[in-house]
Amino acid sequence: MKLTLHIWRQQKRSTKDNFAQDGKMVRYELDHVSPDMSFLEMLDVLNEQLTRKGEEPVVFDHDCREGICGSCSLMINGEAHGPQSGTTTCQLHMRSFQDGAEIWIEPWRAAAFPVIKDLMVDRSAFDRIVQAGAFISVNTGAPQDANAIPVPKADADKAFDAATCIGCGACVAACKNASAMLFVGAKVSHFVHLPQGRVERETRARKLVAQMDAEGFGNCTNQYECEAACPKDIPVRVIAEMNREFVRAKAVEEPPSKKRVGGDG
Amino acid sequence: MKLDSKIPDGAIHEKWSNRKFELKLVNPANKRKYKVLVVGSGLAGSSAAASLAELGYQVECFCFQDSPRRAHSIAAQGGINAAKNYRNDGDSVYRLFYDTVKGGDFRAREANVHRLAELSVNIIDQAVAQGVPFAREYSGLLDNRSFGGAQVSRTFYARGQTGQQLLLGAYSALSRQIGLKQVKMFPRTEMLDLVVVDGHAKGIVVRDLVTGEIRTHAGDAVVLATGGYGTVFYLSTNAMNCNVTATWRSHKRGAGFANPCYTQIHPTCIPVSGDHQSKLTLMSESLRNDGRIWVPTKKGDKRKAAEIPDNERDYYLERKYPSFGNLAPRDIASRAAMQVCDEGRGVGDTGLGVYLDFRDSIQRLGKDAIAAKYGNLFHMYAKITAEDPYSQPMRIFPAVHYTMGGLWVDYDLQSTIPGLFVCGEANFSDHGANRLGASALMQGLADGYFVIPYTIGGYLAGQKPGAVPQSHPEFGKATAAVQEMTKRLLGIQGKRSVDDFHKALGKIMWSKCGMARNEKGLQQAIADIQTLRAEFWRDVKVLGGDATVNQSLEKAGRVADFLEFGELTCRDALERRESCGGHFREEWQDAGEAKRDDENFCHVAVWEHKGEPRQAVRHQEPLAFENVHLAVRSYK
Repeated sequence: MKLTLHIWRQQKRSTKDNFAQDGKMVRYELDHVSPDMSFLEMLDVLNEQLTRKGEEPVVFDHDCREGICGSCSLMINGEAHGPQSGTTTCQLHMRSFQDGAEIWIEPWRAAAFPVIKDLMVDRSAFDRIVQAGAFISVNTGAPQDANAIPVPKADADKAFDAATCIGCGACVAACKNASAMLFVGAKVSHFVHLPQGRVERETRARKLVAQMDAEGFGNCTNQYECEAACPKDIPVRVIAEMNREFVRAKAVEEPPSKKRVGGDG
Repeated sequence: MKLDSKIPDGAIHEKWSNRKFELKLVNPANKRKYKVLVVGSGLAGSSAAASLAELGYQVECFCFQDSPRRAHSIAAQGGINAAKNYRNDGDSVYRLFYDTVKGGDFRAREANVHRLAELSVNIIDQAVAQGVPFAREYSGLLDNRSFGGAQVSRTFYARGQTGQQLLLGAYSALSRQIGLKQVKMFPRTEMLDLVVVDGHAKGIVVRDLVTGEIRTHAGDAVVLATGGYGTVFYLSTNAMNCNVTATWRSHKRGAGFANPCYTQIHPTCIPVSGDHQSKLTLMSESLRNDGRIWVPTKKGDKRKAAEIPDNERDYYLERKYPSFGNLAPRDIASRAAMQVCDEGRGVGDTGLGVYLDFRDSIQRLGKDAIAAKYGNLFHMYAKITAEDPYSQPMRIFPAVHYTMGGLWVDYDLQSTIPGLFVCGEANFSDHGANRLGASALMQGLADGYFVIPYTIGGYLAGQKPGAVPQSHPEFGKATAAVQEMTKRLLGIQGKRSVDDFHKALGKIMWSKCGMARNEKGLQQAIADIQTLRAEFWRDVKVLGGDATVNQSLEKAGRVADFLEFGELTCRDALERRESCGGHFREEWQDAGEAKRDDENFCHVAVWEHKGEPRQAVRHQEPLAFENVHLAVRSYK
């Protein structure tokens, strides 16, 4: 296969005031591409070619190359992770493209995901959301037997469906508002379907939403682009669940102040 | 090099309790004065960092990925073993211990393995409490399946994403501690050297992969949880950025490297499709619960699978190992696949493949039941090969998957450098010469959640907190050495890319130190690697600068290490003149079955660095089998 690639090249890190910096689309011609190559292997070939010519290779995040680590990203012809649904860029194969095709490759574009270099973006906002409360506060060594609390299979399956999120950020990139609600909703949904996760449901909903807003992600306007782009098929129902949990948390009392009540023993 | 395994006294089931009692404690108020550096954030690293922080230690955690959640533990598919005996099928801690020692072909330390089996049950409890959504039955209780090398059902799983779910559990515990400011997290940061002061590990040198800055971090102890070295073969099921750098550079600072030749070749991976290939994808061993492995009886049979009648199919694992059948251990299943391909009975265009067929299970259980169990794996297979595994059998072939060797550690997981602890795949301790399926997740989490939090206290109790400041000259020296290496790599400006060298190394390793090894091939490999290494330092081309993101530079450092490490691996394989587990020497076999030499090789080989890899000195830690008696492994 023969391809024409247009790739976003950017040397300087994006800032709030200057997101694009020195970035621009650069055109590359590539020949001898095999339809059995993955999209990233095609970029490997390009990088080998650039290196031989003495040009700096294109920077992009990748690691497991089996669709689970969530490192790879890329807007391919305007679609997050490219044209195939339920597929990460690393699992996309060149057989999905025509010989002679022209392909536009860009980084995720969202204010909360500054570009670091070329196609590599900073997704640490997702980590900070998780740090704000996407966990169950259990210390190592404390739990009882794993079968002590039965969990109805349907609930466990629902929790699992949400927990398969790989944190790649495609949902944000696909959303015109750069909303992270599919990601945050997946966290909320995962825990709220499990009895162990319900203990902290109110504080979790409150804290995650607050952190999501603080990071500068937009809001949801029900276009469902996120669901369409999600390589793990996380359903938009998790956003509804997040909204429900948030409203529920607002309805119940704010958490007690840090001042201790009762004696310290 | 002194190798004191510190195996505790007492009967096998009392050793861990005895050790825990012997270990000195650090009082809760003093814990916060100690700083522990944890390198790596996979199952072992995340669980260690979180658990140590919960105890009150100050923890700094490092990973080269952009988030700790992306460590390669995330890709583990099939499951995690635990001796819960929820199935009432005769499982016990002792049976898991026995299966693991036997599965490892009697080359692991009994005391470590027993501790692992004991702790296995706690891991499941811990993970469930964290919200890990394991597969459940309609009763709401946990489900199990079977894995290779065992005749009981003790594997807990979360569809084909068990590693992901367990890692997200550990990552959530780590994130909680980061939020509480007990852990300081450094993503996109790669460890490039270990700082040793007066014989103790007291810090690390890292490169910030975004700014290129070379920095040092001082601590009272260092925990390495940096995974295995499978990518020395270039093509493997490991992630692209997995590397040996942290452990290799620690080895060069004095840590013994144990059994590097013990590499696991996994029998069920998607076959290679062409030269462009960058990595291989595993198809979980769990598929062997319901899939049957076969090749045509006739050589060069080019008919489609569906056109080959049953009496012309050779279900060779069921034929050769009737009691374990398709669930024979990995090393045995891989060799059997290689044998039938060598006989010219392999399938697919290249002839390097065997069938993994679900026809019978789909007929028996229905397509939906199979999809519920393995849906994501079938989906992944279809995406990569453009073939539908529901209607035609999968084609699979063995591929490098896991490395049992690693830095030598004593019972406390401490390396030969005091203060340097090693957890998970990065150490050598529990799997002997072959790891059983679903045991890697178990070991990583046992080390991180339940071993290191106790044993590191024993070390720290004898140390003055913050004794070595970052201003100590050793930090400056180590930094200068790293900077010098970076300068050298960028200065060569030769003609060949880093990947080019990595591929060439991989080819040498796979053809001469892969599934089958022999004296002549290994000697040739050593010579070839030496030549390739010299060429690398003469002709590698690394573009770009050091004060920015530079992925070629990152790779160059890793490949430089592999070019040394690969030679040591071949030397280790050469010196181990026996076959055991994943290490198969053609000269020592019984009609294709590995033939151990217990008289001369019932020991751990531990290498001491002395300059060049060819100068490394081989030491031995003898292995004693007091509970599971040395015997020829039989799965027949």
